[in-house]
Amino acid sequence: MASTEALLETHDSHGHDHDHDHPPFLAHHFDTPEQQFDSGKLGMWLFLVTEILFFSGLFCAYAIYRWLRPEVFIGCSEFLNTKLGAINTGVLLFSSLTMAWAVRCAQTEEYKKLTGMLAATLSCAMVFLGVKAVEYSHKIDLGLLPPAFYSYNPHAPHHEGLSPYLVYMATPFAIGLVGLILWFLVSKAKGNQFAVDVAKPMIVVFLFFFVGIGLGRVLESGDSHDDHAAVVHAHDEAEAHADRMTGHGVDNPVTRQGTTGDAGLLQRLAADDANTGIRNDMQARERQGIVAGTGVVPRGAEIATPIDGVPVELNTRSQAGVFFGIYYCMTGLHAIHIIAGIMVLTWLLVRSVRRDFNRQYFGPVDNVGLYWHIVDLIWIYVFPLMYLIR
Amino acid sequence: MPVWMLLSVFFALTALTIITVWQASFHFGDWDVALVMGIATVKAALVMLFFMHLAYDKPFNVIIFLASFVFVALFVILTINDVRQNAPTFEPVYDEPPAVESGS
Repeated sequence: MASTEALLETHDSHGHDHDHDHPPFLAHHFDTPEQQFDSGKLGMWLFLVTEILFFSGLFCAYAIYRWLRPEVFIGCSEFLNTKLGAINTGVLLFSSLTMAWAVRCAQTEEYKKLTGMLAATLSCAMVFLGVKAVEYSHKIDLGLLPPAFYSYNPHAPHHEGLSPYLVYMATPFAIGLVGLILWFLVSKAKGNQFAVDVAKPMIVVFLFFFVGIGLGRVLESGDSHDDHAAVVHAHDEAEAHADRMTGHGVDNPVTRQGTTGDAGLLQRLAADDANTGIRNDMQARERQGIVAGTGVVPRGAEIATPIDGVPVELNTRSQAGVFFGIYYCMTGLHAIHIIAGIMVLTWLLVRSVRRDFNRQYFGPVDNVGLYWHIVDLIWIYVFPLMYLIR
Repeated sequence: MPVWMLLSVFFALTALTIITVWQASFHFGDWDVALVMGIATVKAALVMLFFMHLAYDKPFNVIIFLASFVFVALFVILTINDVRQNAPTFEPVYDEPPAVESGS
């Protein structure tokens, strides 16, 4: 794009303005701006198709593992902070709105508004990454990691104070922010108006990363305590879903009796047609019992053997670890797409300050918009699948 | 695309997000996944039709885009089918919780 532009720039400076000649934004090999726009858009759609197929591999992995071990997903989903996920969904939806609005502004040639809308989209992307950084660093602190590094200890789940991982994740953005401020000051001193106009919104955009971190930390601190307490003290609760993290709870001698009694009650409840939730729970338990083979004592039977550690504990590398492996792959790949989106949006912002776009030439804004909406679309599916499992 | 349309699509999407989060506090049994995916699909349709201008785009682009979902469906359905048929032969691997290993 840049090279064709440079070519066109030189061409234009020769000063052709006969009837058949092209405007500066129209590449040589296109007859009309419309043809150029349509070709670009077709290419973009093809790229988006590859993106969807790319992500579908991860969704497929998710489907397989969830189908094989639904209880692992239910148990581990408790560790994901729904508030943070919901806030991020809202932020991404809002960024989609501003992006769509930016396309409109490019078409109507409202340059100030276009720059503003692009900056708003970028800011939302930064808030998203900030919240994500809080989420990731919290999980790394707890040791909720992919199988090779999984080291969650339910007895010491808390890590107080500022996470070092959050500092590592924020450092590139802090460096970027300082660099932008320096660039802003230098270009202000030199009187380079264009650079000033670009640097100003970009400083705001980078500041929004730290707004995201603040938002994430506020929400995380408000929620995490209860969240983990609930999981750690799962044994104490008599509710059907309470012993998720430990499967049947048969590995725990203290709750063994309670759980089996509980199961009898649950069975009666499950007989009722209306209690589909409990019935589902029972089915999951049965299925798990079959999978676990000899490890499971029939419901209601007296347990004579003093052997603990019947292998139904979910807090292991090959179970919770695999869940977090899938979690990091899906959300991480999505975050990489957000970062790529930030890069192309920055390019658009520079061009919009340069006033490159007009009602005949807004293809780049439109195509980046399509990409941004796809990123949003993927998050629309990732959010309920990861954060809202019961 | 008029601004009021963009805004109403955005508010519809936000409302659907709130519904998804809200319904997560209930149990619908087997319908859980179907319901959640249904809401997500409505949201995705709104984004595609209005934000991505698919409702006004060339039919060819629409066909290309929708074709990708056909292939995703093929991919996932065939793989899941394969897993379903082979699952009985999978040997469950159980390992010790890391907390016990480290002894802390």
